[in-house]
Amino acid sequence: MTATHELPTNVNQTSEGAQELTSAGVVAAGERLRELGAVLRLSENDALLAEREQVSDDETMIINMGPQHPSTHGVLRLMLELQGETVLRCKPIIGYLHTGMERTGEELTYLQGPTNVTRMDYAAPLFTELAFSLTVEKLLDIEVPERAIWIRMLMTEMNRISSHLLFMATNGMDLGAVSMMLYGWREREEALRFLQEVTGLRMNHNYIRPGGVAADLPDGWRDGVLRLLDMLPPRLAEYDTLMNQQPIWRERLQGVGAITAEECLALGVTGPMLRSTGYDWDLRRDMPYLAFDQIEFDVVVGSFGDCFDRYAIRLAEIHESMKIVRQCLENMPKGDYRIQDKKVTPPPRARIDESMEALIHHFKIFTEGFKVPEGEAYVAIESPRGELGCYIVSDGSSKPYRMHVRAPSFVNLQSLPHLMHGSLVADAVAIISSVDPILGEVDR
Amino acid sequence: MTDVDAQDGEADTPTEIAPETLFGTLLTRSHGQLVLHPTREEYAGLLATLQADGYHSIIDLCGVDYLTNFSRELPPGITPERFEVVVNLINHREHSRLRLRVQIPESDPVLPTAFGLYAGSEAMERETFDMFGIAFEGHPDLTRILMPEDWIGHPLRKDYDIGRIPVQFKGAPANR
Repeated sequence: MTATHELPTNVNQTSEGAQELTSAGVVAAGERLRELGAVLRLSENDALLAEREQVSDDETMIINMGPQHPSTHGVLRLMLELQGETVLRCKPIIGYLHTGMERTGEELTYLQGPTNVTRMDYAAPLFTELAFSLTVEKLLDIEVPERAIWIRMLMTEMNRISSHLLFMATNGMDLGAVSMMLYGWREREEALRFLQEVTGLRMNHNYIRPGGVAADLPDGWRDGVLRLLDMLPPRLAEYDTLMNQQPIWRERLQGVGAITAEECLALGVTGPMLRSTGYDWDLRRDMPYLAFDQIEFDVVVGSFGDCFDRYAIRLAEIHESMKIVRQCLENMPKGDYRIQDKKVTPPPRARIDESMEALIHHFKIFTEGFKVPEGEAYVAIESPRGELGCYIVSDGSSKPYRMHVRAPSFVNLQSLPHLMHGSLVADAVAIISSVDPILGEVDR
Repeated sequence: MTDVDAQDGEADTPTEIAPETLFGTLLTRSHGQLVLHPTREEYAGLLATLQADGYHSIIDLCGVDYLTNFSRELPPGITPERFEVVVNLINHREHSRLRLRVQIPESDPVLPTAFGLYAGSEAMERETFDMFGIAFEGHPDLTRILMPEDWIGHPLRKDYDIGRIPVQFKGAPANR
């Protein structure tokens, strides 16, 4: 990769210094403020305490955790300043998986877009596709058919189940409950099997596209859903026995990495992390998209904002997602699975054999893509990790002028320094795990 | 409190002559979503007003490079500049969102930081700096976040070459 232009004009106004922890002498109270979020002012007493807390450089040790570390869920690197076993400061360093997907998105047509964005959050790929498609549909000002809406709900909730099961597995693994890892993986595989039946792929589906979904649900999809709905409850009850009722598990998690609702809001944290503090906010209920306003489900909130609440909320959300899936199963309307708008939808395969125009139309849509009117829009949905938004600027051509994805993991990761302050290194592993970052989405 | 319901997109009437304002800032609607257009000078003050009004959380902050698209629609009185910083705020109480679009000239790509009010803007501003070279005055740690620290250039700018890997087909000379 080459840069073609000289240094930007503002280079000397900014610090392009190394990505390092500043030396301990400079920080203290100021750094504490930063971790807490400057909006939450420290009282003078607390500031004094933070001042005193300061330790000289030779009592502390800076240690790099990651980027290659089994508990960092990919390639997250943490710089930890330790005093003995206690974490004084922490700085997450990201970018190891940065592949310029936002730039790639500008080079692909709107039809190719989902192929790109689906690779961001690889544990919940359907959600990024959905956010992208909803934004494009908003710019196009089109409404997809009822059936497509309900298929999208069914599929994303299935994906939420598989994503939370993956969390159960990795969270268990990070805390040494290896059997939990195997169980979580086993159940996730069942959920992925259903996604594969419908989309053809286990991950990176490219299934939800602007204008609807790629294909109708296959014959026998109801059996696949029912099998999963029957299978999961006893397995989840097993998790409950294995984890929630186990004193070691509870002691590893309860009271570890606590955060308050004010701190979450100041740091922009969303999703299960925000709900774990008792803050009742779920985009599916509070700013409904798709047909979530016609569905009955509960928003699960915690009360302490610690690692245990974050774990328990995700376990409970699997139950809620199953409720939604069951309602999708009962209410799935008949009809078309994609919009019949000649501008957006390619003609059906059978038409191509008999009509020259259909062939040309088909060719044009897949080579040039369709044009989207000038404008900009932001649409957000509730992904398993929090608010997932997509901001697209269109200049009237068939490619986005700018495509930005607001990744929940990227923002939630900002809370790590605050969560880790004063905790033990062993708890750091539990804390990273409970934030549930997907590094593909963090780095994009 | 002025009515800010993102759901009603009815006021798109072209008959209105006086430009609409909200919190003393020019307001436009984009597909029913509310967009404010503060100047750079108004930006910090507007954020403080909005936060006091219940927009407690910053959802998103990103940059856009309009190098090849200067003809975009903007309310009268706003001069299009090369860069734009787009900020999304959320009001949980009223279930509403606001988007701020700030014009940033190419000759002086600097904007005051939102960090003092919204601590969550820390990583987002670093990303915008990294990708577009827009500096945020007063940011506590303005370094690259996604690119390596010795990287030259800002990859999401429109005049930045995208990388290509030459494809060598067997027996054929490479075409670049």
